[in-house]
Amino acid sequence: MSPSVPRPLPTHDDVEFWEATRRGEFRLQRCSDCSRWRHYPRPACPDCYSREYSWDEVSGRGRIYTWTVVRGPTLPVFQERVPLVVADVLLDEGVHFQAELLDCTPEEVRADLPVEATLTELDDEFTLVKFRPANR
Amino acid sequence: MSIIPGKAAVVGIGQTPFGKGLGRTEYDMGLEAILAACEDAGISPSEIDGLVRFDMESLDEEMLLSALGNPDLSYFIGTPMGGGGSASVLVHAALGIASGMAETIVCYRSRARGKNSSFGKAQNQGGRYWERLAADLPDVSGMWHVPQGLVTAFQEMAMITRRHQIEYGTTEDHFGEVAVTFREHAIRNPNAVMRMEMTLEDHHQSRMISDPLRLFDCNIETDGACAMIVTTAERARDLRQPPAIIRAGSLGAGSHHRRLSTLFDRSREEDSAARTGKRLFAQADLSPDDIDCAYFYDFFTSLVIIALEDYGFCPRGEGGPFVADGGISWDRGRLPCNTNGGQLSEAFIHGFNNNLEAVRQIRGTSTSQVEDCRFALVAGANTDPTGAFILERAS
Ligand SMILES: [Zn+2]
Repeated sequence: MSPSVPRPLPTHDDVEFWEATRRGEFRLQRCSDCSRWRHYPRPACPDCYSREYSWDEVSGRGRIYTWTVVRGPTLPVFQERVPLVVADVLLDEGVHFQAELLDCTPEEVRADLPVEATLTELDDEFTLVKFRPANR
Repeated sequence: MSIIPGKAAVVGIGQTPFGKGLGRTEYDMGLEAILAACEDAGISPSEIDGLVRFDMESLDEEMLLSALGNPDLSYFIGTPMGGGGSASVLVHAALGIASGMAETIVCYRSRARGKNSSFGKAQNQGGRYWERLAADLPDVSGMWHVPQGLVTAFQEMAMITRRHQIEYGTTEDHFGEVAVTFREHAIRNPNAVMRMEMTLEDHHQSRMISDPLRLFDCNIETDGACAMIVTTAERARDLRQPPAIIRAGSLGAGSHHRRLSTLFDRSREEDSAARTGKRLFAQADLSPDDIDCAYFYDFFTSLVIIALEDYGFCPRGEGGPFVADGGISWDRGRLPCNTNGGQLSEAFIHGFNNNLEAVRQIRGTSTSQVEDCRFALVAGANTDPTGAFILERAS
């Protein structure tokens, strides 16, 4: 049996994220009172303490804030695919999201590189948000 | 005003030999270190009435009580947040003493967590944490990091390190300088596991693990245990060793590297280490200039550079030039750091080996002794909610 990617274990606080990506939508929490976006999911807004929020679709656009190139040691399932570029993307909505950067070599990645989200199926149940350089 | 300053002292230190794949349990090594610390202090284990446990520790109160003849514990507590809590143990011990909850407190850490240290699949059988943590995504951040390939602490640290480079132009030479300096210290220390000479070139040639971190930027993987005995400053005067008085101890919460989104949402000035440092110096009524040597949580070279900034030893962004000038070297530096070789070269006991070395500096028994050492600062991991303390030589 080939090694598999560890799967997310959703809770009531974040299951809507995973349901959305399975439908092909990238949604994050947004405060219903002050309109600020947030990630990771939290039951209250850290800016205004409101507990009202919705799961709104984000643009999927952002820039590389920082990154690493995973070379190992790591879990066997990732070791098979190194070098793996994983980045922190500062989304246009002002929140940070960590994801693998596809279609970009370790030599091409740089700070502030514009990127866009691409939804990538992990299995029947889960779809991950990954990124690739914008306008390619 | 804090009740901590001057009330408690470290009076005993003990450890096992450090090494790779020692083939011992954490239980066995932990007991060896604790008994050695009691012996060093000149007290009986039956006198222990307080215990501070590191939160990732598998050796628990019940296991210890059953092996130590059931001492009467009136105070027991733990430190949260992994490496962030490595120095906090002494803060909690100082509080336990100063508040009167206990009179003789043991703090300990035992680790068999190297690549070849596993005896089986259970968490208490040793081996690499991340290989198991990653498999079952036990915390809230796991589901956001691990499926994307961000599995280990060093990959998260690599991202934090890269950001420091982007903002301040910190270089590989700066990282290498930390590794080479701490290796120089380790070569002088017979307890250290890594004692082969290292040049800047060796550092740059070492294999890339997770860009920009190379193998020689990472803490070593070792087994071993460390323990300390803390008691009242008053009683310390009558014991066997020169006391290391706890002059100040502080804690500070902020973001955690396993949650990079919230970590990058904050400025470092509003994060755990900077907050801890400000409180520490205020409580001690000292400034960074007063400190004779420091022990930063050197899980990665770059985090030492950032810690120098967090604790105010240099302005933000100037940690790289600070180390490039030899600033952290035992014989050349304005602030000798990790004179034992630290976790990069002596051993990785979750910072507890650095705690012990700070006590040796105060006693005057380090293999890289700082002349007339009066104040030693020790800090926990600066990318977690953390803690720090300052030890003082009794006058
Ligand atoms: Zn709000």
